[in-house]
Amino acid sequence: MQAVLEHSAPKGASERKGKRTGLLLLSPAVLILLVWSLVPLAMTLWYSLINYNLIDPTLHGFAGFSNYWYLLTDPDFLYSLLHTVILVVGVLIISVGGGTLLAILYDQEFFGRGIARVLVISPFFVMPTVSALLWKNLMLHPIYGVYSAMMRAVGLTPIDWLARFPLLTVMMIVSWEWLPFAVLILLTAVQSLDSEQKEAARMDGAGPIAQFRHIILPHLSRAISVVVMIETIYLLTIFAEISVTTAGGPGVASTNLAYLIYSRALLQFDVGGASAGGVLAIIIANVAAMFLVRSVARNLEV
Amino acid sequence: MATLELKSLRKTYLTEEIIKGISLSIEDREFVVFVGPSGCGKSTLLRMIAGLEDITSGDLLIDGQRVNDVEPGKRGLAMVFQSYALYPHMDVYKNMEFGLKLAGVPEKERSEKIQHVAATLQLEPYLHHKPGQLSGGQRQRVAIGRAIVRNPKVFLFDEPLSNLDAALRGQMRVELSALHRKLNATTIYVTHDQVEAMTMADKIVVLQKGVVEQIGSPLELYHHPRNLFVAKFIGSPPMNFFSAIFQNGGHDGSSVQLRDGTLLHVPVSPPDILPGTKITVGIRPEHVELAPASDDSGVVEVIERLGAITLVHVRCADGQIIVVQTDGFTTLEVDTPVSLKLPPQHCHLFAPDGLAFEACRRHPLAA
Ligand SMILES: Nc1ncnc2c1ncn2[C@@H]1O[C@H](COP(=O)(O)OP(=O)(O)OP(=O)(O)O)[C@@H](O)[C@H]1O
Ligand SMILES: [Mg+2]
Repeated sequence: MQAVLEHSAPKGASERKGKRTGLLLLSPAVLILLVWSLVPLAMTLWYSLINYNLIDPTLHGFAGFSNYWYLLTDPDFLYSLLHTVILVVGVLIISVGGGTLLAILYDQEFFGRGIARVLVISPFFVMPTVSALLWKNLMLHPIYGVYSAMMRAVGLTPIDWLARFPLLTVMMIVSWEWLPFAVLILLTAVQSLDSEQKEAARMDGAGPIAQFRHIILPHLSRAISVVVMIETIYLLTIFAEISVTTAGGPGVASTNLAYLIYSRALLQFDVGGASAGGVLAIIIANVAAMFLVRSVARNLEV
Repeated sequence: MATLELKSLRKTYLTEEIIKGISLSIEDREFVVFVGPSGCGKSTLLRMIAGLEDITSGDLLIDGQRVNDVEPGKRGLAMVFQSYALYPHMDVYKNMEFGLKLAGVPEKERSEKIQHVAATLQLEPYLHHKPGQLSGGQRQRVAIGRAIVRNPKVFLFDEPLSNLDAALRGQMRVELSALHRKLNATTIYVTHDQVEAMTMADKIVVLQKGVVEQIGSPLELYHHPRNLFVAKFIGSPPMNFFSAIFQNGGHDGSSVQLRDGTLLHVPVSPPDILPGTKITVGIRPEHVELAPASDDSGVVEVIERLGAITLVHVRCADGQIIVVQTDGFTTLEVDTPVSLKLPPQHCHLFAPDGLAFEACRRHPLAA
């Protein structure tokens, strides 16, 4: 017993020493990360608790939770939350649904498939500001836009899309940007499906719809969950498209959480209120991420 | 249960004709094996019967009904694929249930059928395993079970055992034969394994480049190959061939002269060819007889001892290698001089166009 203790003591010490060296070596990286992520977070938290308005320096001092209270009872905030959800869910449905159908279509043999594939992927390489400008001025402009010209050509009155259906139009623009990503991921997944499986299903009497429902869709489920996860993370923070096309308007009709925070901080100069919105956004994003990661992890296990 | 009739089936991919007019009729309960070298169109022909490939021209009749344009699921066939093609996200039970469900079989009946098939194939312990959790042999059984459970008129197998190791392949081969006897279903089986073809088939169809070379029982193909291709293809190790000169012949046999001057009188009747024509003599390794020799008519070059049998590769005076199969006890050694004897009753003669001379007497097992 004695011997064992004596023997183990120095070993424990050396182990501890080795650990300390390891920590020491890690510390620069950890410190930088801490400074980069924790300092802004701490500052945001702090700002969210004080009165801090850039154009009204007389208003200062500790505010407690009044910034939060003000925000949570503000109908604009609730609208922006709702718009965020609508945008995320809408774009997910369009891009995943359309992506699945296009992926299956592009898996078939047809003339010019190579070129068609390049074309369907290309919107992904256009940066959000540019694509928003393209849509706003080239396609949807009520006077010069391509769609307006098309509508006039068949005798209809052109619609001012961004004024009449601002949220829906932003959703379409963002979907246009994200559809290629979904097609890309889902097409590779469709192509990895063993053709003998589809043939076996045909021998079992499955028509195209039954094959899609029972063979292709289950095969795609992992890829779909990956697309949903990645897209959600980006879609929670849509900003450029809104800023360029509608600037959140008319009123707050197309303001999402990210844009609301921006407008509070940099248009209304209410740093305290914007910070409170930021903290709420962090909480929401984390809750969403937690659910997503869990469901994706479960899906990947099978 | 079902008969099949193929009437000059043809298949063209783009510009290339892959199946060049195949006619064949398959009796009820018959076990037919398609064999042929890789790329000869075996799988294509099977897939045309299954309905997975369009038929370019010709007719396919099942039970007398033309089914060229009938959907694969409605032809009443079941197919077992080389890669098993199980549905990976469904467990064994659901894999077998899928076809029945689509056919609208009621829940209770489905369950009874699946239990019954699972018992036949010893799959009961695995009914709720996913395919990924099964061994290769078990997956193969599930694939067969999925075919059986639909009670098809005809079973189609495309090299079902080629992904298994040798021991398991042997075991599954016996199981499949037993299963066929039990189910009594018409079966078409594609393979390029000689042993599978010889042991399982009622009828072998030898294909080459999309053309039928010969149709017959295994022993018919072995004893009376119709042409050089079949003679080369059936039998392992393959038949030995020499060139020879045709002398003369009649109803009771033909005389040929080998290159070393030996005269052979083979009991086969010649087609319409002139004396002096160059022909081919074939003899199987198990029929050549070896004798010790003093002259240098042949030298043992390689000896392969397989235990029960020994394969002796002999280099003849003219440099040609002849394989001889003897028993496992031979004491021959490499570099020993030997002489070869070709019993005429076991020789096959092939005309310059590759067709075999007609045998005067059919082999009793291949009548
Ligand atoms: N979809 C296709 N398009 C064009 N040619 C094809 C197609 N499928 C098969 N072929 C051609 O048809 C020929 C026969 O193919 P098949 O698969 O039937 O051969 P096989 O006899 O089954 O060979 P193996 O023993 O290697 O399986 C091959 O030369 C192949 O190149
Ligand atoms: Mg094949």
